[in-house]
Amino acid sequence: MSSRVGIIGVGMTKFGELWDRGYRDLIVDAGAMAIKDAGIEGDQIEGIYVGSMSPGLFAEQEHVSALVADYSGLRGIPASRVEAACASGGVALREAYLAIKSGEMDIVVAGGVEKMTDIPTGSAAVALMGAGDQELEAFKGVTFPSLYALMARRHMVEYGTTIEQISQVAVKSHNNASLNENAQYPFRVTLEQVMNSTLIADPLRILHCSGITDGAATVILASEEKAEELNNDPVWIRSSSLATDSIALHDRKSFSRMDAAILAARKAYKGAGIKPEDIDFAELHDCFSIAEILAIEAMGFCEFGEGGKITEDGETELNGRIPINTSGGLKGRGHPVGATGIAQAIEAVLQIRGDAGKRQVKGARTGLIQNVGGSGATCVVHILSGEKE
Amino acid sequence: MKGLPAHWRLLPQRYNLIGSYCKNCSGRFFPQRSICPDCRRTGSMEEFKFSGKGEIYSYTVIRAPPQGFDYQVPYVIAIVKMDEGPFITTQIVDCNPEDVEIGKRVETVFRKVIADGESGIIRYGYKFRLTD
Repeated sequence: MSSRVGIIGVGMTKFGELWDRGYRDLIVDAGAMAIKDAGIEGDQIEGIYVGSMSPGLFAEQEHVSALVADYSGLRGIPASRVEAACASGGVALREAYLAIKSGEMDIVVAGGVEKMTDIPTGSAAVALMGAGDQELEAFKGVTFPSLYALMARRHMVEYGTTIEQISQVAVKSHNNASLNENAQYPFRVTLEQVMNSTLIADPLRILHCSGITDGAATVILASEEKAEELNNDPVWIRSSSLATDSIALHDRKSFSRMDAAILAARKAYKGAGIKPEDIDFAELHDCFSIAEILAIEAMGFCEFGEGGKITEDGETELNGRIPINTSGGLKGRGHPVGATGIAQAIEAVLQIRGDAGKRQVKGARTGLIQNVGGSGATCVVHILSGEKE
Repeated sequence: MKGLPAHWRLLPQRYNLIGSYCKNCSGRFFPQRSICPDCRRTGSMEEFKFSGKGEIYSYTVIRAPPQGFDYQVPYVIAIVKMDEGPFITTQIVDCNPEDVEIGKRVETVFRKVIADGESGIIRYGYKFRLTD
């Protein structure tokens, strides 16, 4: 095993309906910002991993690895696309991390991008459903909100979680998004607005669901030796873990728990040599509000079944015991699926650097980011810290 | 997943609820698998037909449908625990959405699932209905 790995530069576009920017514009914009932030030159980059869930269906473009290298002015260097549904970004980050860990490369780019608004919303929903089981779920008319609704129903039955508690997740995320200039939905919503919004798949309503978003995010990783050579003070990736589960929700051991997230969290804590109580803040995968509750529990920030309660009690707010999704999360910041995992890493870097502006968590030194693919078939967790060990 | 061969090769599961039984660990799985996900033995899986009876374990009502399901809205999607053990995702039909509750007994019915446009094939398969 090679040296430690740090994040030396970050860059992201605004997230939203960006009609004037295409797929290649978005990732190049984010990449250029990250290179500038890192203070390096393009020719120092040795490899690219780009997370993108479905450019073929969203933008009629495959082979985006070479495309990204080409339009970044980096023709010639190795580039790979990474796909793990909505966890594509997080898994791309892990692949870049492993490339440095292996000793093969010293400066690697991990990007994520999705251009989702060039096709009608109904077509985007079909593309997203590719993250589920086509033969056993999509064929029956299942949608992604409905899979999370099935989980929400079980969580409510088994633990007494209320729709008010689930709705409070969205209220909190929007509060944080209102402080994030890159957010798709930078405004507050009230509990009443969430609970009276349009029903999508009972009990989930539209304000429990992340939107359809364009955006890109890029981070630049370097080995410890290279970071020292560059005189850069990185945010360290203390651990990286990835776990899988059945592709179809109905084949899981439980629907009120996310086992891949539990497994990934356990490995991530072990890898970093820390415990949940050592985490100062977290970016969790709240594609639907219930998913944040499942994630809070899986990451060990409370007992199973208590995720709704600690949200209601304000423990996950910006000034709470364990601030969750200070960026606004997938709900407020937006969810350009392939970019989300990288955007989570960027929020963690900004918090640890003390550059998070109005949404800065005081004394933030160690953060956890968790990115989910599909209804929980993939989960990737990274622990980032200002401390080397 | 359109096209005739894609539907045709899945007819055993879609028309007759055919899954697998593992002779090594006695596990039952839907649909068919060639490797047992529990004991990982290959060559020990044999065909198993499910009875099509079970109970509702979780459910939701879809109000924002994917393409091709628009005319069915609102419709119920449930996870059913089959009497033989495995869970299955299915529509619950022949009832008002308000009639569906966790724990209610259901049985399989054979129904049209989706038509691939006006001139495409009509794909049929299992759905479930309440029996309580």
